[in-house]
Amino acid sequence: MRRPRHNLEYPHRKRGMDHDLYDWSILPHRPPVTWPEGVPLAVWPVIVVEWFPLTSRSTPFRPPSDQYIGVRPYPDYRTYTHLEYGNRVGIYRILRALEAGRTRASVAMNAEIAVRYPEMVRAVVNGGHEVIAHGIDMEHIHEGGLPRSVERSWVRRTLGTLREATGQAVTGWLSPDLSQSMNTLDLLAGEGIDYVCDWVNDDLPYEVRTKSGPLFAMPYAYELSDRLVLLDLRHAEAQFYQQIREACAVLGREAPRQGGRIMALAFHAWISGHPHRIGYFEDMLAWLNDTDGVWVATGAEILEAFREQG
Amino acid sequence: MTNFVRIESGGERRYLPERFKMPNRKKDPRLFGYLPYFERPRIQWPGGARVAFWVVPNIEVFELLPPHNRHRSPYGRPLPDTLKYSTADYGNRVGVWRMIEAMDARGVRGSVSLNTALCIHHPEIIEACVARGWELFGHGIYNSRFPHGMDEAQERRMLVDAIETVDAVAGQRIVGWLAPGMANTPRTIELIAEYGFAYTVDLFHDDQPFPVNTRKGRLTSVPYSVEGNDLLVWYFTTLGSPRDWCNLLKRQFDRLYEEGAYSGTVMCIPLHPFAVGQPHRIDAFAEALDHITGHDDVWMTTGREIAAWFNTHHYDEFVAAIADREAAVAGGAS
Repeated sequence: MRRPRHNLEYPHRKRGMDHDLYDWSILPHRPPVTWPEGVPLAVWPVIVVEWFPLTSRSTPFRPPSDQYIGVRPYPDYRTYTHLEYGNRVGIYRILRALEAGRTRASVAMNAEIAVRYPEMVRAVVNGGHEVIAHGIDMEHIHEGGLPRSVERSWVRRTLGTLREATGQAVTGWLSPDLSQSMNTLDLLAGEGIDYVCDWVNDDLPYEVRTKSGPLFAMPYAYELSDRLVLLDLRHAEAQFYQQIREACAVLGREAPRQGGRIMALAFHAWISGHPHRIGYFEDMLAWLNDTDGVWVATGAEILEAFREQG
Repeated sequence: MTNFVRIESGGERRYLPERFKMPNRKKDPRLFGYLPYFERPRIQWPGGARVAFWVVPNIEVFELLPPHNRHRSPYGRPLPDTLKYSTADYGNRVGVWRMIEAMDARGVRGSVSLNTALCIHHPEIIEACVARGWELFGHGIYNSRFPHGMDEAQERRMLVDAIETVDAVAGQRIVGWLAPGMANTPRTIELIAEYGFAYTVDLFHDDQPFPVNTRKGRLTSVPYSVEGNDLLVWYFTTLGSPRDWCNLLKRQFDRLYEEGAYSGTVMCIPLHPFAVGQPHRIDAFAEALDHITGHDDVWMTTGREIAAWFNTHHYDEFVAAIADREAAVAGGAS
């Protein structure tokens, strides 16, 4: 009987991580971090704006965001327009809510958004928000099979487009679908990126090693994003925002003993920008404004405060 | 898109969605006998407790670039699946410590379902568990190495590796086993019995311990849970929010506590530190623990202790009762 040869070799079974990208580190064992004015909690809101093509290449694999693309045979206007809603209406409703709540955020943006909708870029920049690079668009997935030279051209195209359109340094990066290849970190560091949002393994920034120099992983709120909680896990909006408040309470409780914490938040314009959801978002901003011990800031500002202590 | 397949049965030919295609039928190894829930020898837990309560953190470690296994990938994306890898890594850097704190505050010990390579990668976690008197039991080497497709020699090597690694680092002989990814081979249960394991948690058929039919050893199934499992509730079944899960656990406990007045029951809370250790979930877990630890007549225990108690005090009478019942059924009695 033919059996596949099963691999029982463990070449990376050693102390620490099974790779060299970053060091093994235990959060409560680290020196405490202090935020400006000694507040316990830095709140980092990330708004995500994405451009999904009407048809996706789906190669070399069907990326997870494809669950929203091309559900029907061409032309799937139903899915395409539902996603596009965020770019026409949702983002502007969210930007207005941020303005009313006197809140600045980080806006993760596909480069294709800047090409198609310069009005949105102006509104984001004029609102005082930080732009984070979010790849070319939602069909350009940075995955393991991507040749390095192709990926480098994608990174350069994304950063070139967004830096020119925004006039900002654009030092943060969120990969489409949070997918990276083994080259992504190195390519990003080589193009002036200071922090990435794709490694969701910590509550504080930590240093990542690349051949092109170090950068930082920031604790993006994937587990508490509107996409995961509302769409994938199908919790009700009230439960989603309840979880945000509970997380704030837990992190705020830890801070006096273990040092400052970061409460990351993630909202997609095509999800949270709907009329029936925006009220919860506004209520949250008002609640944050009324809460003591909270510093709402952009990713670059939080990282700067973190690095000043290192 | 749904694929349709041709299915022929009973001379009929029909086209049905692919999910209706049955795999080739293989032998059911008949791992366990049958006794109706309320017609069994009565289980009496130490101190007259109604419920044996145990908490099982699955402390896992993944490889970023594991070798390919054609039967099943631990990842949903091509390698590297940085999202899943880092999600799991959160458990070791952050989540497990938050979970330990919540359990410490309520005097609850863990029975750790352990990917044993964690002993080598992150011994600080092992030290923290050992210092608290927690039990460690086996959950494969890595959660990125499912045993599907192993031959017998390889599966033996995996089990010996797990036993020796934990013994060397933690000074404990593991006596429980949960297949990583719940990935059993047809040999796994027999092999763990042969290697002297006392219990398996891969069987979900009961709220009480039950003898497992093996040629060697004395193996018992200790109730684990796919219904109250944090990961399954949140990610796979999407049954509700963390607070919904908390209420599920309270209802589960209340009913097992009520039934335990007649015969001892087992309640398990399976956890994954990367899931329950998130700041938006930990307090829901703490509230469930408060509810359970607020009751008298609860045996706060571990898998090792449950299996040892059952194997010493009840295993033989269960085996006898199962034999009587099988004889009665074979003899045509109702």
